[in-house]
Amino acid sequence: MSSTVTSGGFGGGKTVKVRAGRPNAVWALPAVLFFTFFAVVPMGLAFYLSFTKWDGLGDPKPVGFANWQKLLDDPRLTQSLGITLMLMAASWVFQTVISLLLGVWAAGHQRNRAILSAIFFVPFLLSSTAIALLFYALLDPNFGIIRENTLGSTSGAFLAIVFVGGWQFIPFHTLIYQGGARQIPQVLYQAAAIDGAGRYRQFFSITLPQLRHTITTSTVLMVVGSLTYFETVLILTKGGPGTDTAILPYLMYEAGFKSYDFGYASAIASFLVVAATGLSLILVRLTGFGGMRSTREGM
Amino acid sequence: MESNRGRSTGSTGTAFSRRWVLGAGASALLTTGLSACGSGEGSGGGGGETITAFVYGDDAVKVQAAAVERFNRSTASKTAKGKIKLEKIPGSDYTPKLRTAMGSPSAPDVFFNWGGGSIKAYQEAGKVLDLTDIIQKDPVLKSGFLPSVLAAGDLKGRHYGIPMRGMQPVILFYNKTVFAEQKLQPPTTWDQLLANNAKLKKAGITPFALGGSDLWPELMWLEYLTDRIGGPEVFRRIQDGDAEGWGDPAILKAAEMVKTLVDDGAFGSKFSSVSYVNGGAPAVFAKGKAAMHLMGSWEYSTQLGKFPDFAKSNLGWAAFPAIAGGTGDVRNVVGNPTNYWSINPRTQNKDAAIAFLMECASEAYAKDLVALGDVPTTSNAAALLSSAPNPEYAKFQYDMVQQAPAFTLSWDQALGDELGTKMHTEIGKLFAGKSSPSEFVSACKGLK
Repeated sequence: MSSTVTSGGFGGGKTVKVRAGRPNAVWALPAVLFFTFFAVVPMGLAFYLSFTKWDGLGDPKPVGFANWQKLLDDPRLTQSLGITLMLMAASWVFQTVISLLLGVWAAGHQRNRAILSAIFFVPFLLSSTAIALLFYALLDPNFGIIRENTLGSTSGAFLAIVFVGGWQFIPFHTLIYQGGARQIPQVLYQAAAIDGAGRYRQFFSITLPQLRHTITTSTVLMVVGSLTYFETVLILTKGGPGTDTAILPYLMYEAGFKSYDFGYASAIASFLVVAATGLSLILVRLTGFGGMRSTREGM
Repeated sequence: MESNRGRSTGSTGTAFSRRWVLGAGASALLTTGLSACGSGEGSGGGGGETITAFVYGDDAVKVQAAAVERFNRSTASKTAKGKIKLEKIPGSDYTPKLRTAMGSPSAPDVFFNWGGGSIKAYQEAGKVLDLTDIIQKDPVLKSGFLPSVLAAGDLKGRHYGIPMRGMQPVILFYNKTVFAEQKLQPPTTWDQLLANNAKLKKAGITPFALGGSDLWPELMWLEYLTDRIGGPEVFRRIQDGDAEGWGDPAILKAAEMVKTLVDDGAFGSKFSSVSYVNGGAPAVFAKGKAAMHLMGSWEYSTQLGKFPDFAKSNLGWAAFPAIAGGTGDVRNVVGNPTNYWSINPRTQNKDAAIAFLMECASEAYAKDLVALGDVPTTSNAAALLSSAPNPEYAKFQYDMVQQAPAFTLSWDQALGDELGTKMHTEIGKLFAGKSSPSEFVSACKGLK
């Protein structure tokens, strides 16, 4: 994306440079067009489809609110919503704790930390599908490394999804926390050291409060991201055992591409869009992130 | 979370624009390259039109590839002024890909399917040609196939497809080495089966391999149990659209027997995370960790590919045992009668499409199937079977299907995608112990 944006502006040549890098509206055009055609239009179409019955053949037939009514009545949706929220919470705890600690540790300038951080980052460069396939093989009950019925038991399957998701995304959030921690002025630590604060006291009284906005950013990404957690579930458990790991995106996939009930699948999709937008708005409000109050006020 | 991944932040504009130009150039090259390929294949012969056939892309596809080659060289192709281009679509993607393609301008002219419920939606949308009259008028098509197999793909008594692959009855396979060591015989009654299970468990061997994570291998158990207990009529009623048919006592009894098997450890303790598709269940079976495997006839070619020594000398096969007090005939079979070719009514060259279907009813085609280890569903198949890689196995399958008073189509295929998917979910819950037999029955009754 960014390549298109920049090269679009590059065509403007010298005039742009004269304006000292102040982008005008035209700069945003490629991105806006891309976003319109590949995000807004499909979203609108999905919303339209949610008011129709369509099996992928023939033409969609309008059915009014039938799919939305079904959404409210479907016991599987309630179960799925619960699982999705649980997955969201479990992933948040698992990923935040580890990536916060790793990120703060990696913020130091020692060479070994730089090398190890680079290695830690590798999982994030792999595709989620490849990672899920890898863990699927490792967890094979007969030929894997952990020869238990991991993916066949409710708690095992759930924890496996949390773990595999964490394994992939912790590096990314570590990077965010590393950047955040590096921005904390050293003078704060120096002053605290003079006042006799130990390492733990420094962490809880300086590092954590200073990382407040970083935590919000990372949390929003995790929470909204866990609503699109799909490949891992598809490959590891297919929603099983029974329906115990069928999160909302999987339910949507099943309705759309296994049952060919695209109307209902679109209703679930629209619901997901609303839920994700709502959740991130609430998070931003609650944390005061929107106000962008500085963490260094009065310094 | 994945959405984060597209966010790379660039360095300078110049660097990016150069990369962009290179990228654009590369994609332009790629496009021209592709279109060159396209026109190369599309122009075939003396200005005839090339039509497309979608096929399920597994190992068996070489038979269809050979048929296409034969057809494109034949006089029938010249008369119809058309050639066929075969598109092999990897197995798990086949159904969704066909579904999306059928609504687009690049829809296939001829397509592979499972008949019955699998094409019901296509029939309702007018996307599949009624072949009944064509078959009636043509002696080769009319008498060329086993009537029960031709009929198994029907919708309301009309034919929409021509059989094009081997028959796929579900068979009780057993590991001969394990059976010899434990001094067992393949069970012919349910009591014998239970007695075998007890002995096997004592010896630390799982009685049955089961790829539970795929769900459809679990369905096979329910299909046979229901048939043996209540006969083929029980599912026929459900297939005909009466959801109350799930309330038949035979279904509840079958579900209870499943629960007993699961609770007794007949499938071991890990079956719900074992898969057939990734080779887990076949390996457990071939290595003797499990003694038996209820599976479609393709198990033979699967084992031949993965464990050839086992397939050739230690793989045994038997019919599903009888159940005391059940009304179903012990000769009844469940499974997929075969696969079918159907025609898209919007094809630009119907003559070529029909001519190609005739080619697939030829003896040469049937011989190719036999050479692959398949048993064709043609009326003359019996005579060809002696040249099969394993004539004994081929003969067993052929007799099994030919003598069967009823051949019940796999329930998921018969019910179609929407109901089939929901039924799979319920069956998964039953086997995983997430729902009781009576909960299973009432959940199935509610499937719409």
